[in-house]
Amino acid sequence: MTNTEIREFIDNAIKENPVMLFMKGTPHQPACGFSARTSACLNALGVKYAALDILPDPRIREELSGLSGWPTIPQLFVGGELVGGCDIVTEMYETGELAEKLGVEQPEDEPEVDAPQLQRAPLGLENRLD
Amino acid sequence: MPSAEELKSRIESALPGSRVNVEDLTGGGDHFRAEVESDRFDGLSRIQQHKLVYDVFGDEIGGPIHALSIKTSTPMGDRT
Repeated sequence: MTNTEIREFIDNAIKENPVMLFMKGTPHQPACGFSARTSACLNALGVKYAALDILPDPRIREELSGLSGWPTIPQLFVGGELVGGCDIVTEMYETGELAEKLGVEQPEDEPEVDAPQLQRAPLGLENRLD
Repeated sequence: MPSAEELKSRIESALPGSRVNVEDLTGGGDHFRAEVESDRFDGLSRIQQHKLVYDVFGDEIGGPIHALSIKTSTPMGDRT
């Protein structure tokens, strides 16, 4: 897969998935505390989302940051727009803004209790890198 | 290896008049948390506010600075 193809894949993933999270690891097995906390916020809200692990190839992160202009992982996109990374998502979760943006009810319990509601199976980029 | 003090002074010189507090979260010089108060943030979205701080360090984010956690505010205390 060329860099251009990776970038197109990422671009399509952002456009096609109303709630799209790029993270290290997966929602079931996050590989970084920041990614874990961000997906926990989404899990706690019970929204469906797609997630892509950026770790299988360093080019995924390079192309993603090139597209978004955001240097760090995770990155959450809603409706094709970058919402932010861990700090912003956590802050918006706590103030209820994230629930509002996603059109769901703010739960009363803390994050990291609920299982992820994945929109669909892994997007499959990792199988196409060779 | 960057120090909390170095990050603080670089943010302060990039955003004159800002009040900055930087903490080295692990003591290892690679995971930092920055609290930045600046009137430059007025009227900007959170994304834009955080980008102003990230832009100070460019490619160092994800490199020598493995993680930079950011909290921004304006002197008036409100945030958009």
